[in-house]
Amino acid sequence: MTAETMSIFSPKLAARFDALVEKYPLRRSALVPMLLYAQDEIGYLSDAVIAEVAQRIGITELDVRNVATYYSMLRFKPAGKYNVQVCTNISCMLRGAYDVFEKFQDELGISHKGVTSDGVFSLEEVECIGACCWAPAIQVNYDFHDDLTPESVPQILAEYRTKAEGQKNA
Amino acid sequence: MPRLVSHPDEVRLVSKRFGQGAADIDKYIELGGYEAIKKCLAQGPDWVIEQMKASSLRGRGGAGFPTGMKWSFVPKQSAKPKYVLINGDESEPGTCKDHLIFLHDPHSVIEGTIIAGLAIGSKMGFIYLRGEYRYLLDIMEKAVADAYAKGFLGKNIFGTDTEFQIITQSGAGAYEVGEESALMESLEGKRGVPRIKPPFPAVVGLYGGPTVINNAETIATVPHVIDMGGAAFAAIGSPRNGGTRLFGLSGHVERPGVYELPMGYNLKKMIYEVGGGIRNGRTLKAVVPGGSSTPVLLPEEIENLGMDFDQVGKAGSMLGSGGVVVIDDQTCMVEFALRTISFYQHESCGWCIPCREGTDWLKKSLTRFHAGFGTAKDIDNIRYLAENMMGRTFCPLGDAAAMPTLGFVKKFRKEFEDHLDGKPCPFAKHGAPELTIV
Repeated sequence: MTAETMSIFSPKLAARFDALVEKYPLRRSALVPMLLYAQDEIGYLSDAVIAEVAQRIGITELDVRNVATYYSMLRFKPAGKYNVQVCTNISCMLRGAYDVFEKFQDELGISHKGVTSDGVFSLEEVECIGACCWAPAIQVNYDFHDDLTPESVPQILAEYRTKAEGQKNA
Repeated sequence: MPRLVSHPDEVRLVSKRFGQGAADIDKYIELGGYEAIKKCLAQGPDWVIEQMKASSLRGRGGAGFPTGMKWSFVPKQSAKPKYVLINGDESEPGTCKDHLIFLHDPHSVIEGTIIAGLAIGSKMGFIYLRGEYRYLLDIMEKAVADAYAKGFLGKNIFGTDTEFQIITQSGAGAYEVGEESALMESLEGKRGVPRIKPPFPAVVGLYGGPTVINNAETIATVPHVIDMGGAAFAAIGSPRNGGTRLFGLSGHVERPGVYELPMGYNLKKMIYEVGGGIRNGRTLKAVVPGGSSTPVLLPEEIENLGMDFDQVGKAGSMLGSGGVVVIDDQTCMVEFALRTISFYQHESCGWCIPCREGTDWLKKSLTRFHAGFGTAKDIDNIRYLAENMMGRTFCPLGDAAAMPTLGFVKKFRKEFEDHLDGKPCPFAKHGAPELTIV
């Protein structure tokens, strides 16, 4: 059986990984981005993801876990479809990030690292995301939203809720 | 979308193409791009290094090491391949300049990387972006693909017999990976922990080969140095601090944003004229001049302070990453110190014990202190802890956590004392951040 037929990833991602490991002077250099891209598709680093990544790179699963546990964006259980990451570091804090974070908690009924019961949203307080001059800022998955106030929170959530609905009905 | 700002005092080199659509390769060429590399190919590596040395361009990541000198340290002959590694793991709180470079001028990063490769005799460069910058990585990847399509990258760049390849790389969330040796570890598919130095990367770096590691802003500046000539570039800045810098004004300032100003620009003027002063008519309490790891400065200390590596160093702080965080009189400095140390506690990679334990105990002490349960002895304990982290770790993260803490305790001791004996914090509304390590 070839790796391709065994793959838990979509054909597109599997093909991307095939190319990725060949790109570097050392296969292992593909590990960190590969874990992130795998998580983007599967939602988290499941045992099956760890196993396939280990096999593709040619290292042990333990070795993969050893690396994966280091990086703060990588997770081992599912997050919401839209992961809301609120930066509260100094530049954001000075411009009201904690009020924004509180508003998200109230609106979603969850706290740090929580997931809503419908699985649409999760919430995280995160460290600096590199948007200090446009603070306070958040990321929803990879999308940035900046210059926020607590008042802008419901609209942002509504936007993603509509998106989630649209995908469910599609 | 990050808001772009402008001010008449700006000298626009690195930011001159911002907002002009230069992520498109043809637009970049139309605006004068990819001319510097052609000049370098014609003149050769020695000329390039000469120009870089004459420019007195110093590393924009924070350490301020002269770029030309760094390049000249790479041995000419090497049994192992040499590499260029661009550090776009921008994570220092207060810093978002590289964000704009990747967004608006990705080809300047590519062009600078090729020039660095030519200067040191390398055939391969890596551009590493922090994992959170996915939309910027997409922009960089398209730019690299476009450069290949035009023959600017590949086996025979610009029709010469010179080869240069670029690989873009994503991180996955780790401040520590912005440290150059940890960056190499991460790129080799490992945990991002630092390596002991020496050997320095210029001798033994990525995959064991000689490696030049430059910050994204530094490398985006390189084509401008070549375009205008090293001496002309040096003339823009202050002595031994060539050129301009992307300063990120954030916090309690009226007009926050990334402004490109000559090195040595007065900090007070930067806050009050460029940034429009303290917002809501408040007064200035303190400034963090170069990202969260740089010791805080008081209003009286910035009167005549020119923002270059030497002057800020002389004032007892550091120019660092150029992220200027402005703090008004309504801010609790104990809370600010706590939020700062919480970051370093979260980001310490745990490799060196003084940093791992020191940041954790500092966070615990400051948390208790801010909650009003501190004792008079704690203030000296915090100092003692911080002082004992300094210089005792592989990489500068330990110092980066200790230095600002020492600054807060030293310069705002009175405010710490005001929190003693169960007194409620006069300013703060919030407790310790909830961050937990996965």
